[in-house]
Amino acid sequence: MSVVTVIYAILFYAAALIFVVGVGRKIFIFATTPQPLKIPTTPAPTTRVGVWARMMREVVVFESLFKSNKWIWLFGWLFHMCLFAELAWHLRYFTEPTPLFVTWLHWFTNFTGFGMVAGLLGLWARRLLVDRVRYISGPSDHLMLALLVGIGASGLVMKFIMHTDIVAVKAFFLGLLRFSIQPLPADPALMAHLAMVALLMIVFPVSKLLHAPGVFFSPTRNQVDNPREKRWTRGWSAEYDNTKLDSAE
Amino acid sequence: MADFQTPALREYPIIPLLHEGTMAHSRPFVAKPEHQASVGFPGELVENWEQKAVDKLGELVSKSRALQVFLDSCVKCGACTDKCHYYLGTEDPKNMPVARQDLLRSVYRRYFTFAGKYFPKLVGARDMTKDVLDEWYTYFHQCSQCRRCSVFCPYGIDTAEISMAARDVMDHVGLGQKYSNEIIGKLHKIGNNLGLPEPALRDTLEGLEEDVKDETGVDVKFPLDVKGADILLITPSADFFAEPHIDGLIGYAKVFHAAGASWTISSYASEAANFSMFIGSHDNLRKVALRIRKAALDLGVKRIIFGECGHAWRVAYSFLNTLAGPFEFLDPKYPVPQHICEYTYDLIQRGKLNFDKSANDNLVVTFHDSCNVSRASRMGDMPGGQFKIPREVIKACVNNFHDMAPDTINESTYCCGGGGGLLTDDLMELRVKGAMPRMQALKEVVDEHGVNHVAAICAICKSQYTKVLPYYKFEMDMIGSVHGLVSKAIRLNPVND
Repeated sequence: MSVVTVIYAILFYAAALIFVVGVGRKIFIFATTPQPLKIPTTPAPTTRVGVWARMMREVVVFESLFKSNKWIWLFGWLFHMCLFAELAWHLRYFTEPTPLFVTWLHWFTNFTGFGMVAGLLGLWARRLLVDRVRYISGPSDHLMLALLVGIGASGLVMKFIMHTDIVAVKAFFLGLLRFSIQPLPADPALMAHLAMVALLMIVFPVSKLLHAPGVFFSPTRNQVDNPREKRWTRGWSAEYDNTKLDSAE
Repeated sequence: MADFQTPALREYPIIPLLHEGTMAHSRPFVAKPEHQASVGFPGELVENWEQKAVDKLGELVSKSRALQVFLDSCVKCGACTDKCHYYLGTEDPKNMPVARQDLLRSVYRRYFTFAGKYFPKLVGARDMTKDVLDEWYTYFHQCSQCRRCSVFCPYGIDTAEISMAARDVMDHVGLGQKYSNEIIGKLHKIGNNLGLPEPALRDTLEGLEEDVKDETGVDVKFPLDVKGADILLITPSADFFAEPHIDGLIGYAKVFHAAGASWTISSYASEAANFSMFIGSHDNLRKVALRIRKAALDLGVKRIIFGECGHAWRVAYSFLNTLAGPFEFLDPKYPVPQHICEYTYDLIQRGKLNFDKSANDNLVVTFHDSCNVSRASRMGDMPGGQFKIPREVIKACVNNFHDMAPDTINESTYCCGGGGGLLTDDLMELRVKGAMPRMQALKEVVDEHGVNHVAAICAICKSQYTKVLPYYKFEMDMIGSVHGLVSKAIRLNPVND
């Protein structure tokens, strides 16, 4: 068992633990913090089904962003859709047998790595070139882009230039899932790729990546517009009984 | 007129480049101890205020999912950066919604997040210092809480929620804004923002009856405190005095008259406005809302209708049932509350009103969608009814109507520049500059379609327009009430069924 294998095994166990516990904790906080007033951004759906449709449009086609700015939408949507395809494609390292739908992605994944990096570079260019976006960008915003570009680029290197032993990689990750550590190839591109992925998982719960769970809990997007039809009370607004006031005086 | 430059209106709207610090000097008058006391806040900056501010912020975040999600989720994508009328009009980067949020988010991060505690420089986290507090006071009083940014944010982050929270924190450590807090205090004491007591209100309404009688020869009533009336009208107190608001009030009265409705105003709840929303104070918000419940019970009415007022309609439509409900004692056939435009629209649909549109033929009308009505409420059964219904009411009363550019109306409407507790003379520069995008859109329809009248359904919008129109070389009486148009065109002989 090489040192590299042991280090990466520990790294991924730790990263997975931090990711699951950290994001789980944040989702718990989002879910249990009450929203005392109705604040959907209107016009808003008047039914639960309508809200589901609105949320789907937000997370699948980025409806609000599309209304807002076509460049950010183009780069952002390209990046996220390619990332999503890549994440699904990477399921083949964690499943045996690989689910059928993953194999359907094979053709797309010739492009999704490039799409990811292109989208990220577009977003980064805006951070550097548009004065308004430059003003609001902090060090962490640039570092996050660097990290994601690094992950995409190292993946592309492995796919198109320096191939790695993906059978061994798969054995390593399946091994991790079964608590039996298998040797990991010590290729530089793979080392870099995996280290950056682990870092991304570690920073996820304490960074702006929380927008991923956050969007589902956003009251301006997920509330039904029916305050007159159905009395809404949560948190502090549920602590009062106004009917008790009526007879007092 | 003043020691600042009114922004130029251009041929086409542009997104300006940043000019840092252009509005760093803008600060509304600070509330005096007696104003603070009247709304339940300390009179001056308390001891150990830094810690108390941080504690209050933590408490607010723990009690509001909106704040929690909004503070954690922003990715600084930049989608909102060109959406705020105050940024477009002042070019000050701290008036970009995300930059305004970050004034507070930086403090939240410092005290409540791992990254901000251990890597403050990396994520732009800041200690709660006097400089930060001053910056909050300056820039959280340059947000009219219009929610335009929230329409365009991919996560629906609403800067209004954050500016309300910031103002609430400031109030709790003893730094309040005079304009809003003084007015809320008056409302608690007397029942309306103007501090108009019952006898004066009665006098005013009797005067209006005489005026309408002189003008039309018809006995249109303006009832006050009539027990057993069907309808309780809650309207902004500006409707009792200010121009052009008062024409709206006359319009409501004529509609009620033509419909043969039994209605009343309450001297106890003689105010639709609830500025407590602007300062993010839930206790004050509820206290004011409960006046309406009490008035409705005391007078024994069957339904509640609100007059033309933007933020009041948000509080009424979205919050009243929550804050002051349940309203099971009212007639379940009607939504609680209703907007006067819904009421008039319904009568028009049912053919109960007669209009002579030619009475408004001297006007080419456009409609200003008020922010809180557009983005924080609804009218009628359908999403978007808040856009359709007032326009239908206008079109029933006028022959010449043209909308402003599509990206400046409906859900994308630009604030008049005076909402959110900023309608005060000590913020005149901000108000004039913030009105620029709206004035730009207005200029386009004035030039292309000869528009000479803007109808609005918000007391703040009407007052703000009256003040800022002259800065942009428009006539100040271009602004009017939607029910002012109704008032002109309506024929008062009741229509037979």
